[in-house]
Amino acid sequence: MAARADRQITHRSYVSYIDKSREYYSASGYDQPYRWAAHDEVPFTRLDKPLSECNVAVVTTTFLHHHDSAHGAPATGKQVYHHAVADVPDQMFTADLSWDKQATHTDDTESFLPLGSLQSLVDDGKIGALNHRFFGVPTEYSQRKTGLDADAIASWCAEDGVDIALLVPL
Amino acid sequence: MSLVARKLEAQGIATVVVGSARDIVEECGVARMLFVDFPLGNPTGKPNDREMQRSIVSLALDVVDTAIGPRSTVQAPIRWGTDDWRTAFMEIGEHNIDKLRAAGEKRRAAQAGS
Repeated sequence: MAARADRQITHRSYVSYIDKSREYYSASGYDQPYRWAAHDEVPFTRLDKPLSECNVAVVTTTFLHHHDSAHGAPATGKQVYHHAVADVPDQMFTADLSWDKQATHTDDTESFLPLGSLQSLVDDGKIGALNHRFFGVPTEYSQRKTGLDADAIASWCAEDGVDIALLVPL
Repeated sequence: MSLVARKLEAQGIATVVVGSARDIVEECGVARMLFVDFPLGNPTGKPNDREMQRSIVSLALDVVDTAIGPRSTVQAPIRWGTDDWRTAFMEIGEHNIDKLRAAGEKRRAAQAGS
């Protein structure tokens, strides 16, 4: 192991999006900063079976395009949805979400909706199954609305016998 | 999304959040997070890098399998390659401060009118 560090730093290297968005919206003239959810208690479910026997579902914050489905996304009025993994379009609708449009792109759905990766892990026997449908949830300003959406996804997961949910916010 | 993870955990479904906004997820409080230190947009790997994408997803599943308790964060052992995006995203400076304020005013006016 080399003794020399790779870098010398004076600030933490990973980005604080809470800080960044507060400062950005303040500079845009908004008086009140967004108030992010924070909890002291965190629920935890231990996995009670081997990965190789688990049914895995994906939850995304992206939406289908209008022309692909009734669940297609306008920028407003989005509804929580489920969609067959066998019927995923080449592109997902991401334009209205907040992500780094200068540094990267979302043309490859596997970079945020990893259904192909999961299928290859099924093929190799690492996990038991990829759930037959994935789930999409709008990124709501209202935490109360997100709570209701979460209830819908929880009941779909229970219906499908999902053991593990892989949640991938864009 | 972290609120969804919490709800699923409370109902007996094991979860992992694979994401790049570490502070938002950790402050909300989730059972498990795989932190991918990339610009927002590609939490499960660089576009078209199938090998990287598969290794991230595989690691996320290992985090589900091996976490000993809540608030388990693992950082994926990969780097984007450049660092300029860290400051360039939502950057505020002399060059855009007037533009930002004007855009904010326009948005507020539109919202007030709708």
